[in-house]
Amino acid sequence: MDDEVIIGLEIHCQLNKLNSKLFCGCSTKHHEAEPNTHTCPVCLGLPGALPVINKKAVEYTIMVGLALNCQIAEHTQFYRKNYYYPDLPRGFQITQYDYPIAADGIITVDTDGHERTIRIRRVHMEEDPGRLVHQGSIETSKFVLVDYNRSGMPLIEVVTEPDLRSPKEARRFINKLRNILEYLDVFDGSLPGALRVDANISLRGGARAEVKNISSYKGVERALLFEISRQQNMKRRGVKVVQETRHYDDERNCTITLRSKEQAEEYRYFPEADLVPLSVSGWQHALKEKLPELPDAKRERFKGQYGISDNHAKVLTAEIRVANYYEYVASKIDPLLAATWVADYLKGELNYRDRDIRDAFGPDKMVYILQQFRSGVITDKGAVEVIRTLLDEGVSPNGEPRSEPQDVIRNKNLARVESDVTRTACAEVLKENVAAIADFRSGKAQALNYLVGMVMKKTRGRADPAEVNLLLRELLECT
Amino acid sequence: MPAASSYAESAQRTFERIEKSKLNAFITLNKQQALQTARDVDDGKVTGRLAGMTVAVKDCITTKGLQTTCASKILTGYVPPFDAEVVARLRHEGAVITGKTNMDEFAMGTSTESSYYGPTRNPWDLTRVPGGSSGGSAAAVAGLESRMALGTDTGGSVRCPAAFCGVVGIKPTYGLVSRYGVVEYANSLEQVGPIARNVPDAALLLDVIAGGDPKDSTSVAEADKVTYTDHLVDDVKGLTIGVPEEFFGEGLDKRVEKAVWDGIMTLNKLGADYRKVSLPHTKYSLSAYYIIAMCEASSNLARFDGLRYGLRTGKDENWHTTFSRIRAEGFGAEVKRRIMLGTYALSEGYYGQYYLKALQVRTLIKNDFERAFKDVDVMAAPTMPAPAFRLGEKTDDPLSMYLADVNTLPVNLAGIPSISVPCGFAGRLPIGMQLMGKFFDEPLLIRTAYTFECNTDFQKLPEGF
Repeated sequence: MDDEVIIGLEIHCQLNKLNSKLFCGCSTKHHEAEPNTHTCPVCLGLPGALPVINKKAVEYTIMVGLALNCQIAEHTQFYRKNYYYPDLPRGFQITQYDYPIAADGIITVDTDGHERTIRIRRVHMEEDPGRLVHQGSIETSKFVLVDYNRSGMPLIEVVTEPDLRSPKEARRFINKLRNILEYLDVFDGSLPGALRVDANISLRGGARAEVKNISSYKGVERALLFEISRQQNMKRRGVKVVQETRHYDDERNCTITLRSKEQAEEYRYFPEADLVPLSVSGWQHALKEKLPELPDAKRERFKGQYGISDNHAKVLTAEIRVANYYEYVASKIDPLLAATWVADYLKGELNYRDRDIRDAFGPDKMVYILQQFRSGVITDKGAVEVIRTLLDEGVSPNGEPRSEPQDVIRNKNLARVESDVTRTACAEVLKENVAAIADFRSGKAQALNYLVGMVMKKTRGRADPAEVNLLLRELLECT
Repeated sequence: MPAASSYAESAQRTFERIEKSKLNAFITLNKQQALQTARDVDDGKVTGRLAGMTVAVKDCITTKGLQTTCASKILTGYVPPFDAEVVARLRHEGAVITGKTNMDEFAMGTSTESSYYGPTRNPWDLTRVPGGSSGGSAAAVAGLESRMALGTDTGGSVRCPAAFCGVVGIKPTYGLVSRYGVVEYANSLEQVGPIARNVPDAALLLDVIAGGDPKDSTSVAEADKVTYTDHLVDDVKGLTIGVPEEFFGEGLDKRVEKAVWDGIMTLNKLGADYRKVSLPHTKYSLSAYYIIAMCEASSNLARFDGLRYGLRTGKDENWHTTFSRIRAEGFGAEVKRRIMLGTYALSEGYYGQYYLKALQVRTLIKNDFERAFKDVDVMAAPTMPAPAFRLGEKTDDPLSMYLADVNTLPVNLAGIPSISVPCGFAGRLPIGMQLMGKFFDEPLLIRTAYTFECNTDFQKLPEGF
């Protein structure tokens, strides 16, 4: 099928790096807390309680707008979105409608080797509702519990133009957005519920479906793939795709009809008179000064400053934590070597384990490992072994690695063997493999590789293969 | 009755009067705590600008630990866990809070008849309404059941009952007083205002409640630099009083018209000039007001579903069924009417036609006032077009009830301050004169009202009180 796929995203991110909620002083650190312990009259919507805007949340949103190359509004205003749901204690959500805080931005996304520009329609602020908790599943639960700890959590909604062309691109866009927000230090994408996505999908010329309730990074790609094949199948069977809102079921990996266009919700938006309009255009200059170096700029700097390849620079700057990790290592040891080891080996091992660099060992340990490698104490294989061992052991409850690299080198006997040991091993191998020597002498070059392998086996990988190669040639020529 | 020898004794007598009263001015009494506060004042443990003075609080203003119902069945048993900012300020100044006063349900009304707790009666004539929606507060003050009271004024709800009950009521500039803890009806219009038997008490109460509050973003710090009681000055010489002709229109009771003109002439004799002014968009204020108020109400009242607090009747079924039943049972007819009309007016396709249009009219009305205030210092007009009507007289005719607010609404739409002072009688029923001022010009309104009060004799007690 070569239908062009058109995707637009609405991405809700909790500004979970803020200490307090959007309209009250309640703490945002409620993820481990008992239900309904992080609440007050304001976020419970008790009669008479009034919202007061968290100024820092506005600043954070302006920073996001600036980082996404948006225009910052002259004036911004809050609106009420009226609907009934038990998790919404006021019977309306305070959000933005006309006059969003930022609009008309762009970010670039790397798609299979070429960069594409995705337009950002708007960035606005809103509050999160509470959370419904069902006993067992939704179908079997006899009642529902409501936890208002989340009520009033500050959210930003980033809305793209329908510029994305594949589920993979959508996922890359979301990753890029997450990385930018983490660079800005306004967002921690690893916390539960930090990110939720609604996606508008259509095949060129067809009606679009809005898929709601995508709440994981991987879910985005899966939900979009499902929805596209659903629409393609309908098209193939000659069934018309209708405009509707669909719900993504993460467990069953499918989307189901929520409501048709005719049943569209009526939100009766109107201005929230309890919050005065804010003149924010004047804030942006000071905030611009505060903007940290962002991924694209850092990538360029890394290439210039450390002389590393564009590909390494890209991998190393995607996530702020990886970039910081690399810069620490590069400040202690050859930056080119550091780039290879952090970008290729460490990041590769982490990806293989589906883990974050926060779950790795500290950069000081990486420096130690590379120093041991550079000075010839361990081989590259040994270094990889240390990295794997440390990652597999994980961290102890106090956040410290369970062992030090030097322990791993000692316990696993990874220290590179001395040259004379290698030489002895080579001599032994030659004695034991007369046939291979004959092959080598008759011009079969592979025979040498076989012999090197045998030596490596004998030394349990602690010999340097290049050195073995040289030694074997030397010994073969003497005899 | 001899003067009380202590605050405790005085408070005790007040409660005896309330308990024997036929007015039905209160929904919930705060007797135990009030008497304790009075004793603490006597013992010198509690001090402040209102130390020992009895103050009644309208039941749409939240009071920590004391039931707050907005005179609605749906809030039966709701005991707020926090004080409204104005209540916190009363407590801080040593006020003896007598209780929560009756009102129109959710402040939607002009007569205090739509209360779930039954109507309040006018102390001047028990067969008549006290006005509304702060009818309980005004009746309590006029009937000596508290020295002062707090009301809220969304479209005239302080000034109307003040006029009908022959007391003083102030609607402050929007933003002067914190709304934190005021249960919202139409939040872009309402303000808490003092009701008292004379201007000095009203000014004193305003001093206590006015001021910026970080918990209410719409409040301003304007009052923090003003002491209203400093403006109790008997002098209006050189002032120009505007008389907006649109406020003397069709349907105005002749006795009211005469009393208000007499009032204007009194100020004129005391040295103020007067001239007629025009506020040409006044005729649209009624429609604009009711659209805005109903739209806001339809959203503000959405939170009342009985699930977290208030009325919970019958067996719990699914959420929709349960909250629909609770609302059907908990809201009165007028409240339902306004929620439905407001929901309709905000709906897709009607928003521009109604709400947005009403906001535009509101701007025109505000501009009218600003233009007129270039030439005059204050304006004077009848507060209400007629004296207090009979109980039941307008309950079947909501439109005629709405029309009674015609002179008070423009002030809320414009956001300016206004004070109603007694200016005469129609038979034994009091008449109120409304003085309107520029934004944050409460000092001049207080001075004008005080001068009028010093030079007239309308501060009477109802017969038998």
